[in-house]
Amino acid sequence: MKIHEYQAKDILRKFGVAVPRGYLAVTPLEAEGAARQLGGGICAVKAQIHAGGRGKGGGVRLARSPEESRQHAEAMLGMMLKTPQTGPEGQEVRKVYIEEGCRIARELYLGMTLDREVGRLAVMASTEGGVDIEEVAAKHPEKILREWVDPLTGLMAFQARRLAFGLGLTGDSVGQFVRFATGLYNAYVATDASLAEINPLVVTVGGEVLALDAKMNFDDNALYRHADIAAMRDPDEEDPKETQAKEYDLQYIALDGDIGCMVNGAGLAMATMDVIKLSGGRPANFLDVGGGADEDKVTAAFKIILSDPQVKAVLVNIFGGIMKCDVIANGILAAAKQVGISIPLVVRLEGTNVALGKEILAQSELDIIPADDLGDAARKVVQAAAA
Amino acid sequence: MSIYVDRDTRVLVQGITGSAGSFHTEQMLDYGTRVVAGVTPNRGGTKFQGTVPIFHTVDEAVQETGANAAVIFVPPPFAADAVIESSEAGIPLVIAITEGIPVLDMIRVRRYLADRPQTRLVGPNCPGLITPGQCKIGIMPGHIHRPGRIGVVSRSGTLTYEAVKQLTDLGLGQSSAVGIGGDPVHGTDFVDVLREFEADGETEAVIMIGEIGGTEEERGAAFVRDHMTKPVVGFIAGRTAPPGKRMGHAGAVVSGGSGTAEAKIAAMREAGINVVEGPHLLGRAMKEALERRSRHRPAAAGKRASSQAPARKGAASRNAAPSQRGGKSARKAAKRVRD
Repeated sequence: MKIHEYQAKDILRKFGVAVPRGYLAVTPLEAEGAARQLGGGICAVKAQIHAGGRGKGGGVRLARSPEESRQHAEAMLGMMLKTPQTGPEGQEVRKVYIEEGCRIARELYLGMTLDREVGRLAVMASTEGGVDIEEVAAKHPEKILREWVDPLTGLMAFQARRLAFGLGLTGDSVGQFVRFATGLYNAYVATDASLAEINPLVVTVGGEVLALDAKMNFDDNALYRHADIAAMRDPDEEDPKETQAKEYDLQYIALDGDIGCMVNGAGLAMATMDVIKLSGGRPANFLDVGGGADEDKVTAAFKIILSDPQVKAVLVNIFGGIMKCDVIANGILAAAKQVGISIPLVVRLEGTNVALGKEILAQSELDIIPADDLGDAARKVVQAAAA
Repeated sequence: MSIYVDRDTRVLVQGITGSAGSFHTEQMLDYGTRVVAGVTPNRGGTKFQGTVPIFHTVDEAVQETGANAAVIFVPPPFAADAVIESSEAGIPLVIAITEGIPVLDMIRVRRYLADRPQTRLVGPNCPGLITPGQCKIGIMPGHIHRPGRIGVVSRSGTLTYEAVKQLTDLGLGQSSAVGIGGDPVHGTDFVDVLREFEADGETEAVIMIGEIGGTEEERGAAFVRDHMTKPVVGFIAGRTAPPGKRMGHAGAVVSGGSGTAEAKIAAMREAGINVVEGPHLLGRAMKEALERRSRHRPAAAGKRASSQAPARKGAASRNAAPSQRGGKSARKAAKRVRD
């Protein structure tokens, strides 16, 4: 789960991580008031959307006065902000964050996430702050310093010091960095984060170490023990179809093609998308109905798939193991009738009682195109979508 | 022979009274698995279906029944605890079926297991493992399997079933099939299972099914390149998955340019693995690989290679001069000599 910058900074403050003062505003007037409360000096007006790269799209602007903060907020609120991460249509700005300005001496990077190869959290720091860190990692891997955290001890001060000296920090800034990194680690662990990224982490002219931006993502599987984090979910930032799918315990990811997919199992669902693409088609979604694939779930899945106006044909690919193919076939028919599907529907069943399942589909009055294997199914659905 | 489990494996079910636990315990019993105990705190002293004794703790269950494998069906908030309880009780094989365990819990579990080499964890978020005709531990449909000589290892449940069904339909049985799971932090990995299959005298060839995310397939491919003499057929799911999106499995995500299907497929092909374009081609590709092998390779050489203990680098080339061997393995052996 993702949250906004202002929410991440609220969390970090509670863990003693140094962040600039700031206030959220949803109207231009509130933005002006926030700037006044911050002392009326230079402020940054920052669009609050989940996608990164906001600066490039005009989503972060400096204001020299409260009036200017209001003007920037006026321009930003309601705009469709386009960044490299939003997609071509952009994301609507509904909130802005007004933050006091600071005099920046250096821009650094600090991030934490799982290193799955070692099964531990990795803390990464770089002198190349404020830029795309993945590009730095690709071109200059030596410029990224890493420390791996033993979960028994947590992030140790010496590890944080090693990073601080590696970044070229001196004097008071070293201790400040250690407090900062330790606080960030504590926040990460206490909230079951999956990513914490401070880019840029700035050192001010006065030697202060501050989080200028802050990004935190959380482990969906751990939200059950963090009601406060779960409450930060912003449905405006999520694809409504993905939100709806979650309610039915379906895994759905919207894509930009025209062939809807309904599959049981994540691996098989990915493989189905791959084979559609290989056959010259474009999948409209990833959808895993899970092991059960019962009538209720299949009905919900059809509704979600068909709510995408791009979808011209649907491929259902189910491996019936413990749940037998005849049961699944009846479920598909009942769901298709209930939803009233009017576009071509290709169904490929495999597994237990497959012959019986196919017979049930063939005898229905619904216009279902049966398929034998995944290759056959993909070819048929690509043809149907093109027709 | 088989890997990890056979007809003598004595299985304990953690969470035997839950809905998934009880359903799959029935299925395992039907298959003939020796389910000797169940554990549900506060339900000790009762019996599952009047036959399988239930205990409050794993310790008690092990002492009373001699269970030597545990399968975990407990809900995600309690699953990490269940893994460690079984390990502490001395169970050598722990299979975690549970999906949705928080990553930080699994980081702690993995750190704990690093000091306990006597425990092998399979999963979590996996279908389990099966030695057909002998022992099924997990949630896979048992009847699609047949005893035989093909090993299957996979990160995905339904893709394993797809592969197994195709093999069975083509008359190719399986020695064992192992689901290693779709979570980013897990126990047994491709290398562990491939090493077992290489050493197992009853396994003739292996199907390896991976997916996007992480670099485990690459490490598996390196093992195949350096240590395996048996043919491997593979598939990688997720070539069309967009970066940054989690494709169902918590571990299936391409991030920061790593974990792509292309990189995995390239590494596997470079290791001599026949990587097919879709999962529906796995069975046929395996049949062809076996036919090629029997055409190009005298049976005696095949026997000798497959009875090798876990192969060390270069072991196969010491076993037989490259010129005496045929086909792919000769090329591999020659390559090892060059290395």
